Amino acid sequence: MDNIIEVRDFSKRYGTFVAVDELSFDVREGDIFALLGPNGAGKTSTLEAMEGIRKCDGGSLKIAGFDPVSQSNKLRDVIGVQLQSGGLPEHITPAEAMAFFCAYHMVDVRTDLLDRMGLNEKKGAQFIDLSAGQQRRLALALAIAHNPKILFLDEPTAGLDVASRRELHSLMQELKENGTTIILATHDMAEAEKMSDRVAILLRGKLATIGTPMEITATGAGLTKISVRSRDSKLIKTDAELPGVSKKNVHEEYAVYFSKEIGATIGVILRKIEDEGDELIDLRVERPSLEDRFLEITNEGGMK
Amino acid sequence: MRAFQHHFAFEFKTAVRNKNLLLLNYLFPVGFYLMMALIMPGINPTFLETLIPAMVIFAILAATMLGLPDPLVSARESGIYRTYKINGIPAASILLIPALTTLLHLGIVTAFIVITASVFFNAPSPTDWGGFSLTFFAASAACIGLAVLIGVISSTTRMTVLWAQLIFVPSMLLGGMMLPYSLLPPFGQIIAKLLPATYAMNTFNALAMGGTADFDAYISAAILISGGLLAFGLAMFLFQWDRNNKTHNRHPALGLLALIPYVIGIFLL
Repeated sequence: MDNIIEVRDFSKRYGTFVAVDELSFDVREGDIFALLGPNGAGKTSTLEAMEGIRKCDGGSLKIAGFDPVSQSNKLRDVIGVQLQSGGLPEHITPAEAMAFFCAYHMVDVRTDLLDRMGLNEKKGAQFIDLSAGQQRRLALALAIAHNPKILFLDEPTAGLDVASRRELHSLMQELKENGTTIILATHDMAEAEKMSDRVAILLRGKLATIGTPMEITATGAGLTKISVRSRDSKLIKTDAELPGVSKKNVHEEYAVYFSKEIGATIGVILRKIEDEGDELIDLRVERPSLEDRFLEITNEGGMK
Repeated sequence: MRAFQHHFAFEFKTAVRNKNLLLLNYLFPVGFYLMMALIMPGINPTFLETLIPAMVIFAILAATMLGLPDPLVSARESGIYRTYKINGIPAASILLIPALTTLLHLGIVTAFIVITASVFFNAPSPTDWGGFSLTFFAASAACIGLAVLIGVISSTTRMTVLWAQLIFVPSMLLGGMMLPYSLLPPFGQIIAKLLPATYAMNTFNALAMGGTADFDAYISAAILISGGLLAFGLAMFLFQWDRNNKTHNRHPALGLLALIPYVIGIFLL
């Protein structure tokens, strides 16, 4: 797949504060790409530079082949942006907003999207009277009304109920299948892990790591959680060292190990249970989640 | 064109949906007009002669100086302009369309004042409708231009109130609506000539109501139109999409250049 977004040595400063420092990454066409990072990591500055609403102080960005600032008039038809906050006039109705934005993009009015977003009954309500979830769904409907090649979603599921969240995820998947590239900025690690093809984690304006969720969770300390419960709980009572295990604790009736060598650890655990004349009742293996890895990276970087 | 129509229609409806704008565009000017029409003739019978121009100018000042800047600042501060920028809505539309819808609301209020003042209060109607229309558009252009400029250069909605009051209050006192220009002391007349209301009242009296001008009415009209165009041009020049993400470093104090036509008026008239 070709790269639809190319960020090269992008830097952004606010006075003397360096928000983004020589950041480089690519996004492949048709991917869902998650941009993660703690508050102040430079996510918003990077997103806004890609959207063409913030100039860069160094480096270059190419979005669908366009420079976001000098070619913003061409960029606007290939990107759709769902902003985190409403960003719409208080007294506009969903129907008016849809007609208004479609007219500026010179496309037919997509009232079907309002239906799809569950806003059919609220078409005539003023924006200020919509719930936070309805406002977000309207913002999303407006962002995709002109069939953009690239969709920027900033915390798209914040404030949404479970059903709306599922509907949004299904819509994201549908857009991806139709070839839309999605840039997802979120604090919801489970969402990023589930939806994204690739993930970039920013820390203090720099790229901490980039890759597929599987690649990212497999790197670093990569401690897999192994929880074991046996009939006589003999494992809990012994302090024997196990291969690859760097941490052990007890949770309820389970001995919990954090291991980097999962196969060797489990092998030794099973032998020990057998040798002690104990009986295995339950064994659970949980690979580190993206959230675990994210916390590990941010802690390594001195963030809390 | 379709985009303009949708944008215009939405902005026009906003003045009815937004209670603050409804108050400043309609309720406040109409209420004040009715109160003045009922009370003032009993105190000063000659007030009826200037009832229509004075109340039309009051309506223009209320809708523009008090009503127009605040939504512009609020929209910028709440990120609406960012959304507009991303979606390719030009800055000219952002400033021009609210200006045009305000003009349309002013036209409705002015028609109401003109008709009811003649029918219910026996106020003299304009003798020259062409002159009346010219003055209405010139006065509206001047005040709309200044109001849009205030909205662009103000950092907060509080600042819009300060700037707007700096024009609104002196206009009420010195603009010829309550007290004729000729009765002002010389220093008061100089200050009055910095205000669009003074030129508007002079032009209304001379070109629309068949009265005498305190100074040249056509030059007054020209000052109003050029003041409006200059102020609007400066608003475009100083416009920022986002206060925290400036696209230029032009100082808001450049907005004071909008006073040039009025300063020229002091020396010329």
